[in-house]
Amino acid sequence: MSATSAPAPLVRRRAWSPGRRRRFLLTVANNAVLIGLAIAFLAPFAFITLTALMSNSQALSADLWPHPFAWHNFVDVFTKAPLWRWTLNTLEYSILATLGVVVSSVPVAYALARIRFRGREVLFMIVLIALMLPPQVTVVPLYVMWAKFHPFGFNFIGTLWPVILPNWLGDAFSIFLLRQFFLTIPEEYLDAARVDGCGELRILSTVVVRLAKPAIVAVALFSFLYTFNDFFLPLLYAGESPHHWVLSIGLSEFRSLHQVQWNLTMAATLLVMAPVIVIFFLAQKAFVEGVTLTGVKG
Amino acid sequence: MSAAEASVSAARPAVDRRRARRRSAWRRRRLVLLLLSPWLAGFAVFFGYPLVMSAYLSFNHYDLLSPPRWVGLANYRYMFTVDPQVWTAIKNTLWLIAVMVPLQVLFSFGIASMLARAKSGGGFFRTVFYLPALAPPVAATLAFVFILNPSTGPVNIILGHLGITGPLWFQDPAWSKPSLTILGLWGVGNTMIIFLAAVLDVPRHLYESAELDGAGPFQRLRWVTIPTISPVILFAVILGVIQGLQYFTQAYVAAGVASGQASQAADVTSGNLGYPLDSTLVYPVLLYQHGFTDFQMGYASAMAMLLLAVSFAVTLVIVLNSRKWVHQGGAAR
Repeated sequence: MSATSAPAPLVRRRAWSPGRRRRFLLTVANNAVLIGLAIAFLAPFAFITLTALMSNSQALSADLWPHPFAWHNFVDVFTKAPLWRWTLNTLEYSILATLGVVVSSVPVAYALARIRFRGREVLFMIVLIALMLPPQVTVVPLYVMWAKFHPFGFNFIGTLWPVILPNWLGDAFSIFLLRQFFLTIPEEYLDAARVDGCGELRILSTVVVRLAKPAIVAVALFSFLYTFNDFFLPLLYAGESPHHWVLSIGLSEFRSLHQVQWNLTMAATLLVMAPVIVIFFLAQKAFVEGVTLTGVKG
Repeated sequence: MSAAEASVSAARPAVDRRRARRRSAWRRRRLVLLLLSPWLAGFAVFFGYPLVMSAYLSFNHYDLLSPPRWVGLANYRYMFTVDPQVWTAIKNTLWLIAVMVPLQVLFSFGIASMLARAKSGGGFFRTVFYLPALAPPVAATLAFVFILNPSTGPVNIILGHLGITGPLWFQDPAWSKPSLTILGLWGVGNTMIIFLAAVLDVPRHLYESAELDGAGPFQRLRWVTIPTISPVILFAVILGVIQGLQYFTQAYVAAGVASGQASQAADVTSGNLGYPLDSTLVYPVLLYQHGFTDFQMGYASAMAMLLLAVSFAVTLVIVLNSRKWVHQGGAAR
């Protein structure tokens, strides 16, 4: 047995010619700090994953490596907590809010970027101020407003509607980001459309939307992420009604809910992180472009 | 006769033109109004009205059940002279702004400049450093409370193997904010990407001429990189301060989970804000407690007004300076 397995590593080692190995070692040395930092950045993900695969008693021991791998933890999570319910609520919030943000912010951003009118600068300043002020500043009267507002006897407190509906009336961050992008569209494209007899609304809904696709994708991504991760506002309005909890609330209460163990908590944590990470790998370019757009332009 | 006729025929187009222009101006105004009206309505209802109402409520005693009762400056007096927790909360928030935010800016700038210089694997490293910024804050906080768990967390286990007794992290009032800072440094990816774009945008020839003048790597950083990207640094600092002022989720979740873990009690909600010993009681958490667990809406509004004043001052600095960076960005593209 050992005789047959011994030559294999030898052959593999020979493939590393001295020059190639030196080059590899040089690369490692050059990037030693980066490699060290990268390991530190990845370590939490590794610890979460490893713990998620442990048995409960192992998670509470000094073991760092699971044996055996408890894959069923990922199934148990769904029976211990209403993870599906929370996921559906989160998707309801994220999708409805993101749709609203895109539909309502594009026209505003277009007007602020490409149509000259009196008061435009002032309105843009108001967008910036709305963007900067903490949500806690307006949250008390807003809560009172939703608490006192009962159309047809419908009670908004305890549902996610108070966090969804405002997104359909424009979002400061998205308006800002889209405006920055609309400013870069060359006037000639718009003029060409005008010569062809397009009205401004037509131009907006065809030419501009098509040209600004990367920015609109970035805005949709950011909005989806923001709402998927949002904790403060859903907690405020739906914190008292577990039926309407989103994943972030559910996860924060996960351990206290049924005295659930660390291994299951980490399995749930990993499941909540997973969609975001998958989306990132599917849309990496749009992400990086979008983040850069917020920074470089101001 | 003919002269008069000529003047009339000349005047008619002028009137027409003026009317046409007025009509097009009116049409334009209608278009702008159409495009802006949803946002204007939203702004009035979800921003303008609450701001005014918040100011009004801050002079009232209001518990949501009985109508508001005017109490003058009593809320403010209580806040500034009696309530001991407000000062704790302000100190905690200032700690985060004074320690965590500068560390985040330095750290992300350091990583970005290393990434800009990396010859191979730049894409891989960029992904690795950006990824944690995507982790939902609640999930990331939960993970760190576990990883930094004093007795069975992996970090203290590894430190134990090295012969070091690890601190109590989220269980120790002296270590809870540093623990949150480590969590903050882990999630620094967004700022890092912004810095990376800025550093890569620094014109090559500036470095080359600096090198010809005999500038070493440190001098090139000091005299070329930092001045060129200073608007981005300012942007990162101010953004950090603004996020520091509204820092809530991580502090709230860390306190809840860490205290539940300490007591093993089934109910860990709201009773444990600021755990341990109010060391994570940041200003927004205290505001949440007064407004939404104690339903002292008037007092919470007074706290909101103070937050408004501070954030508005910070915002003003940004808006007044914004033109400078927006221009720089436009010129560089």
